Amino acid sequence: MSPAVRSSPYIGDSTPSPYGGRESANLGDILERVLDRGVVIAGDIKVNLLDIELLTIKLRLLIASVETAREMGIDWWEHDPWLTGDNQELAKENATLRRRLATLEETLAVRAEERDAASVGRRSTQAVEHGR
Amino acid sequence: MVADQGVYVYAITREGGEEPDGLVGVAGEPVRCLVHRGLAAFLTTVSLEEFGEERLRRSMEDLGWLEETARTHHRVVEAVARMRPTAPVRLITVYSGEEQVRELLATRYHEFDSVLSRVAGRWEWGVKAYTVAGVPEPVPELVLEPQGAAPGTAYLNRRRAALRGREADWRRAAERAQAVHDALMGIAVVGRRHRAQDPQLSGRQEPMVLNGAYLVDEERADEFVRTIEGIAGQGVAVELIGPWAPYSFAALEPDGEAACGGPS
Repeated sequence: MSPAVRSSPYIGDSTPSPYGGRESANLGDILERVLDRGVVIAGDIKVNLLDIELLTIKLRLLIASVETAREMGIDWWEHDPWLTGDNQELAKENATLRRRLATLEETLAVRAEERDAASVGRRSTQAVEHGR
Repeated sequence: MVADQGVYVYAITREGGEEPDGLVGVAGEPVRCLVHRGLAAFLTTVSLEEFGEERLRRSMEDLGWLEETARTHHRVVEAVARMRPTAPVRLITVYSGEEQVRELLATRYHEFDSVLSRVAGRWEWGVKAYTVAGVPEPVPELVLEPQGAAPGTAYLNRRRAALRGREADWRRAAERAQAVHDALMGIAVVGRRHRAQDPQLSGRQEPMVLNGAYLVDEERADEFVRTIEGIAGQGVAVELIGPWAPYSFAALEPDGEAACGGPS
């Protein structure tokens, strides 16, 4: 099994100063914290993020979690039966398709028979005509 | 204060104690400490040209600018947190001047005091768990498919089997994640499950089943880390990130502890 724990460099380091190399912290983890957590102070404030429409597409995609994405309407996966595991929907669709296929096959078979019968009929007519 | 300048606040902490030296803040400007009535705010004077609403609307779309600002903010917060109990402030919180910051420290004193007491001597640890693909179970498609079955049927059966496998992986991982969370809650002072990150943010293909944050006493950090190492594997991959300043546990609520209990 592949290593299950991705330790930060300080784990297991017995020195009490845990912050060496913080600069390498994953940008996604930092953004999640500084944009989404931390004290929000309302009140006599000049500018804060709540005032600013953050929702540019690039940023949306960068910080979107599944839930925020859903709120924003990026929810295509919810309607994709392969991804949602919605087997019932799939089975229903499958059954409908099978029925339609069967009907089509039947219709085609009937038509083919009719065509055969017709061409035989034509041939015999022709033969009769020939024979005249 | 000049009219077109504002004060960018990184963190609120207590008065006294060591001060980080020569910190450079946003826009390359120095960070300083404003003390008022027992509390202290770390801040930088910024130009409202750069940190005004109008300009920020555009800047926030510039990922280069955003990354630099976020990393700088974070670096200041962490530097302060290394030395004092710290309440990190949300990115881009700009006041019109120091007078407003003093007023903030005075009027919200008790709320900050309660937050700082709660986080003192404790660090936040981030724990993320992902599904891992299970051992492939024997797929009975060959048995089930009658000779000469339509290729579409075979395809559907294969997709169903793959789907069942994925669901089983997900269920296993979700149960495991809950067990991990429960075990960590036994060590943490408080913890909370944040919403799972999108793969674009996590950088991993596998779905995330746990995005937890835990406030842990300094002296129990080793125990916390060992616990994670002990329960990793077995259906989930676990990532431990930290320690962080207590970003997830600094919410200002009149009733401090309640702020940490619920889901985010």
